[in-house]
Amino acid sequence: MADRAVAAPRGRFSVREQRGFTTVAILCFVMLYAPMVTLVIYSFNDGNSIAVWEGFSWRWYESAINNREIRQATVRSLQVASFATVVSTIAATMAALATTRTPPYRGLTFVYGLINQPLMVPEIVTAVALLVFFAIIKGFTGYTGMGYLLAAHTAFCIPFAYMPIRARLEDMSLTLEQAAADLYATPWQTFLYVTLPLLLPGILAGAMLAFVISLDDVVITLFVAGPGQDTLPLYVIGQLRRIVTPEMNAVSSLFLLVSALLVTLFFFLSRRRK
Amino acid sequence: MVESVVADAAAVSAGERRRTAVQVQDVTKIFGTGEDRVVALDDVSVAVRENEFFTLLGPSGCGKTTLLRLIAGFDHPTAGAILLDGADISALPPFRRPVNTVFQSYALFPHMTVADNIGFGLKMQGKSKDEVSHAVDDMLRLVRMTELKHRQTSQISGGQQQRVALARALAPHPKVLLLDEPLSALDLKLRKEMQIELKRLQGQTGITFIFVTHDQEEALTMSDRVAVMNQGRILQVGTPRGIYDHPAERFVANFIGETNFLEADIVSAASGRATVRLSSGGTVPATAPEGVTPTGRVTVVIRPEHARLTRGGGEAPLSGRLENVVYFGTDTHYHLRLDGDVPFVVRMQNIRDNEEDFRAGEMLAIEIARNAVQILKD
Amino acid sequence: MTEQAAALRDGTGGELAGQAASRQAARNRLLLLSPALAIIGAAAAGPLLIVLVYSFLQKGNYAGVIWELSPDAWFNVFLERDIFDDTVSFADAHLSIFLRSLRLAFLATALAFLVGFPTAYFIATRPPRSRNIWLFLITIPFWTNLLIRTFAIMEILRNEGVVNVALMSVRILEEPIQMLYTDFAIAVGLLYVYLPLMVLPLYASIEKLDFRLVEAGYDLYATRWRVLRHVIFPLVRPGVVAGSILVFIPALGAYVTPRVLGGGKNMMLGNLIEFQFGQGRNWPLGSALSLTLMALVMVALIVYVRSTTSKGGEYG
Repeated sequence: MADRAVAAPRGRFSVREQRGFTTVAILCFVMLYAPMVTLVIYSFNDGNSIAVWEGFSWRWYESAINNREIRQATVRSLQVASFATVVSTIAATMAALATTRTPPYRGLTFVYGLINQPLMVPEIVTAVALLVFFAIIKGFTGYTGMGYLLAAHTAFCIPFAYMPIRARLEDMSLTLEQAAADLYATPWQTFLYVTLPLLLPGILAGAMLAFVISLDDVVITLFVAGPGQDTLPLYVIGQLRRIVTPEMNAVSSLFLLVSALLVTLFFFLSRRRK
Repeated sequence: MVESVVADAAAVSAGERRRTAVQVQDVTKIFGTGEDRVVALDDVSVAVRENEFFTLLGPSGCGKTTLLRLIAGFDHPTAGAILLDGADISALPPFRRPVNTVFQSYALFPHMTVADNIGFGLKMQGKSKDEVSHAVDDMLRLVRMTELKHRQTSQISGGQQQRVALARALAPHPKVLLLDEPLSALDLKLRKEMQIELKRLQGQTGITFIFVTHDQEEALTMSDRVAVMNQGRILQVGTPRGIYDHPAERFVANFIGETNFLEADIVSAASGRATVRLSSGGTVPATAPEGVTPTGRVTVVIRPEHARLTRGGGEAPLSGRLENVVYFGTDTHYHLRLDGDVPFVVRMQNIRDNEEDFRAGEMLAIEIARNAVQILKD
Repeated sequence: MTEQAAALRDGTGGELAGQAASRQAARNRLLLLSPALAIIGAAAAGPLLIVLVYSFLQKGNYAGVIWELSPDAWFNVFLERDIFDDTVSFADAHLSIFLRSLRLAFLATALAFLVGFPTAYFIATRPPRSRNIWLFLITIPFWTNLLIRTFAIMEILRNEGVVNVALMSVRILEEPIQMLYTDFAIAVGLLYVYLPLMVLPLYASIEKLDFRLVEAGYDLYATRWRVLRHVIFPLVRPGVVAGSILVFIPALGAYVTPRVLGGGKNMMLGNLIEFQFGQGRNWPLGSALSLTLMALVMVALIVYVRSTTSKGGEYG
């Protein structure tokens, strides 16, 4: 029943249709994509303007790639995101194993709350809290390296990595692990041969989300990054105060492309089950 | 332990006094605490003999699956012990018990091929690659699935998955095979085929099978012995014929087949035999449950097919008015009402040459077959 | 060991094994949880306690704090003392920022609902195959960089941006309208960046909607509007509440969008907090403001939890 096309021919009554909804929905999609499309189009503008089209050109991409600051910020972003992804995904996988498919135990609600804490507290609040906390540590130890940035990113990536892994675990039947134990697999073998392979799509999806989230972060990074530790988003937000050239469009377009690719991958990974 | 005289007699006569494979000793299992406390098993004891097809039969929630899970090691008893070949295995984790399970949902590993699934247990036991692959081929032949060896488990039918699950559990040659309602997901035709297949496999491998089902027909057709369970207790253990013909308790009589319940008075009783007077005044010989010498008012059961209608009267111990006739093809059910408004059903085979045309409203005599009256404990 | 042997003899080996298994499970759980909890505790949740402490200290002269208890920061959240005659009045600057934040967050939520509901309904009533495509189209902006999407809006709205250029080129406008660096720009930006957060939970609710109930509504003489109002809305209410909360909370604490689209002047709470830790050099006040923002978010969350749990009972 649900499979049948819903848009009824003109004049025929359709239970599912509401007047005007389709128009609003189409406008909504146009609204969501028009600014991004415009941004991408003007990244190819030959002129200096981001509104007046002066012909097609790759010059702003060339200029972005040749810009040392952009290159450094990109590399730093990727380094931070990779580190945060690996560590947060491992921690989130372990946490998901400890919080799913178990009868409720004392402290479980507290654990849920703590893991999801970075999602519930406004980012700006976490950001200033980290600023204050890391300032104290800097005062005591004198350490000013990348450690702060790595720790902060890992922490706020954990809940994002945790969500798909937990969802996957909850979908997995416990009987498979029981079957393995019944067939002489020790707990470790059961994990290695049954749990882990079945969980892998969830883990990959979680890692993907963590990577995107770390790559995109502005607010916490802004407060935690020391001098000379600009990530790509920090570089971009710094440039927005000045006169913007299509070079920013080029950088942003590349960024959009990477995000879209990762999200597409995530979409298919989390959809493949069932 | 409750075992019917007849069951034991049958076992002895068959010359099958076998050793005990699994001994369940005073096992109690309680889930939850306080308000949520549920007694899943209430002081259960039972002995399953070696090379036996043993069935745990009961309605859902009766504790049969819990008992199976305790034997497999997925849960631990709150009290009592489980012995395998005389040794206590209660404290062993499932992967140290030489016991394998066929799960209700099969629980085949979806990320492995048919062959990998079947070889899993042997691989975990540390067997060499050669050994594993030989055993897998043997198993595939045993369940007649050789051509599907390299399929993914998602690409085979429900019946085939069932066979793979069986092969997987049999491959490590467990001492006991546990089967948790393994046929419930199959359609009727496939279920009948698998019933025969299971019997064949049990005979061929010589492994003790403990089979859990809520389907009385399945239990009666496949088992060497059946334990009927209800509300965490085992009510009666015996051969299928033993528990069908001689149910000792009202629940057993009711759960398996159709039955007429009648009030009666004991006239005389001695070691398993008794004579009872029915409310109609007629006296009939009856079988008493094991270990009980009944006195006074009792309930007796008579299976509908153990009674016969006649117009004759005379010697018949019961008579009643025919109210309703229901035709079933192979047989016909006659619904009668006895004196004192007691309902009584008679089932007679529709055999061409002695078909009589009983009409609703007639007063008819009811003859009862020899040994057909069973006295209940309660 | 002897105790265990005795227990085995008495037939309680299974019970002991059960207890040992559950103790082992508890140990494993703790072990598995510790990395995640340690990281979040140290680099997300724990530092909030320091913010709480700081909000009760004196502000330092240059930055940071002086370790003396002081209620000044909390006093200054809503009030101010005149430096000449010591009279106390409401801190108009702060109040207007609080009000702007609430107003813009509410506005963004309401607009997101008006646009998001028909969109979610549209997606949920597509045939399954194309439904996934539409859903995917909503998911992409959901996970793409917020800063870059804000930048995209900025380019559209600026004086030399496409909207103004287009309107001027067809002679509707003589000169560009100033849209960037206004509350309007912030509202548009918030709507734009948080819209997917409204659509996704709405979709999840509408997708579960049993359309036989809608049929029953029409069968009983309800018009389209009445079916929407009396059948569909009550049934998808959890999605409406969830979507609204998901938009409202980040909009209230927004920092990037008002910074980029509001310029320096049109601050929201997030920018005010940043200001106190930056040029304002008043860490205690910044801390107190942060906690106030957190309190507002908690209130919204409590309203959310209340409305989802208590209403659930009514429908059984």
